[in-house]
Amino acid sequence: MSIIVDRQTRVMVHGITGHQGTQHTRAMNEYGTRVVAGVTPGKAGTTVEGVPVFNSVADAIARLPAESRPNTSIIFVPAPYAKDSAYEAMAGGVRTVVIITEHIPVQDAMQLMAFADYKKAVVVGPNTPGVISPGEKAKVGIMPAAVFRPGRIGVISRSGTLTYEVVNSLSEAGIGQSSCIGLGGDPVVGTSFVEALDMFSADRETDAIVMVGEIGGSAEEAAAEHILSAHISKPVFAYIAGRTAPPGKRMGHAGAIVMRGRGTAESKVKALSAAGVTVARVPSEIPRLLKETRM
Amino acid sequence: MWNSVGNRQDRGDFIYIPSTIPPQGGSGLKLMEARSRELLSRNGIEVPEGKEISQPEDLHDIAKDVVVKAQVPVGGRGKAGGIRFAKDLVEARALAADILKMEIGGFRVRSVLVVEKLDIARELYLSITVDREAGMPILMASADGGMEIESVRDERIFRDHINPLVGLQAYQLKNMQSVLGLEKALGQKVAGTAAKLYDAFKKEDAELLEINPLVVTASGALVAGDAKAIIDDDSLFRHPEYKDTEQDVTPLEKEAREKGISFVQLDGDIGVIANGAGLTMATLDALALTGGRGGTFLDLGGTDDPEKVKEAFRILKKAHPKVILMNIFGGITRCDTVAQGVHEVVKTEGAGAPVVARIKGWYEEKAREILKDAGMVTASTMEEAARIATKLAGGG
Repeated sequence: MSIIVDRQTRVMVHGITGHQGTQHTRAMNEYGTRVVAGVTPGKAGTTVEGVPVFNSVADAIARLPAESRPNTSIIFVPAPYAKDSAYEAMAGGVRTVVIITEHIPVQDAMQLMAFADYKKAVVVGPNTPGVISPGEKAKVGIMPAAVFRPGRIGVISRSGTLTYEVVNSLSEAGIGQSSCIGLGGDPVVGTSFVEALDMFSADRETDAIVMVGEIGGSAEEAAAEHILSAHISKPVFAYIAGRTAPPGKRMGHAGAIVMRGRGTAESKVKALSAAGVTVARVPSEIPRLLKETRM
Repeated sequence: MWNSVGNRQDRGDFIYIPSTIPPQGGSGLKLMEARSRELLSRNGIEVPEGKEISQPEDLHDIAKDVVVKAQVPVGGRGKAGGIRFAKDLVEARALAADILKMEIGGFRVRSVLVVEKLDIARELYLSITVDREAGMPILMASADGGMEIESVRDERIFRDHINPLVGLQAYQLKNMQSVLGLEKALGQKVAGTAAKLYDAFKKEDAELLEINPLVVTASGALVAGDAKAIIDDDSLFRHPEYKDTEQDVTPLEKEAREKGISFVQLDGDIGVIANGAGLTMATLDALALTGGRGGTFLDLGGTDDPEKVKEAFRILKKAHPKVILMNIFGGITRCDTVAQGVHEVVKTEGAGAPVVARIKGWYEEKAREILKDAGMVTASTMEEAARIATKLAGGG
């Protein structure tokens, strides 16, 4: 088992003919992921890395045999068109949508999250490196496969490179991962720490969970509250980046009224510690803390 | 702890809440008061009479008492003497002339807003912003507006999310009116303003629209006494009109921004460059743990383009760090091509300071050789690199 992506994952790549789309289709194929379709309007009939390209999601679904119909989309299309691609995927029945694209306007992101709720779809991102399940040889994303090892630790992160740094230190210490999910660096994202914690909590092949958070927003505080209220019993470890960062400047009072003191590294560390989470001071401390706890 | 430089310490009428440094997914374009007011006005919300001028002679007939307000992209105008009251045209012109010569928080005052002084009967609060955890806009309103809004008790503030696919509904506005507890006619006026504010929020791709105070005048009119607007900078492809918005950044930050480099100046003496915002923050944190003080936040992003690496180093050099600490994790980015870019710029232009480099990941051995060849100190972990950098800077 694993979360979100596994051997049953059949991927459709939106924007497959672009540079990033093509490069990562190859990398996902090489990793063992089943990439079944690509979508780029006007490019139907061609193939990219052996993957058939269709003009639209509807075309892909109509033309592909049932056993190779996509159940997961990965979106590389440029920001102005990304919302439409996500809508198209969800309207076509795709239940998992990973949005790699960065710089999507926040209003577009809010609309597509509301549509995802309505369609009961799981959205990962935007501005995410994606999701990988090393033991399942499934990767729907752009992360470097070489740093991951199959294992029993679930990783949830808001960062990109920092995730690779943390995962690499785990792998070098002989600690593999069941799945690793990048939540995305944008203010509004789909899957949050709370949902990912529930998924890992229910996953029989995950023994412990590592959270990589950062300052800004209150997703880590919400996660801490959830660990207590939902009685998440698997050990949780966390690293929060930005402990020494200066406060950001916000105009107006609305942000302060919404946040009510949350959002700082201090508030996050305090909330997580109170929920029984072991918080590391530096990323390289995480493997040692894991080993100590797990005996 | 490291603090950022210059006017970032300035508080004034800005309220500081923590965010990612720099905020990811777009930092938001803060409009100055005159443009925020224009935005509200063109969306049907009443604002005080007035105009923005860049020279005193542009001021002609003023009917009554006015306020002359400096237009700068930073807070603290009032304290700096950038907000003054005038009784007549002569006085208003004189004040405008004075204020136009001022510099506030490092920004020259290029224009002033001259507006009628409102006859205030009551101050309310109204705003719409993005609630990132809910993933929805949130409407907030209070009958207790003004500068003390943040200490108003929760039950005195109406707040409700607006589903962006459904929009702001009548029942929400009725609930708002009942929390505000205003007399009926005024409550309905506030509801009308809230509806217009939400339309504007969508149309303008705003991250924040805030009216504080929303003034009830002695004659019963509802007027936006002050306006704050932040526009989503990721929406510029459909709002080119906001492209030239002057922001509260240092000249070097501005230069970096124009080159597409994510850069923040801090008040320490160690220039930090890393790839990825999270990793850059983690590097600064590791540095602080060894007693070092970060002088820059420079996120190289996912690039290994030698030209971009060179540009980044040029920006870094201009910040005059005593030591440069570079931390690269090459996942998709190849370490050796990043190293090559650094090597070239250091060989041809010099780094201006000793460089401590920690480079890890794809092609790291080759990268380390390239960096050593350029005379840099290499370290194998982030903590080790931080310790060396701190020592070289004479701290710790």
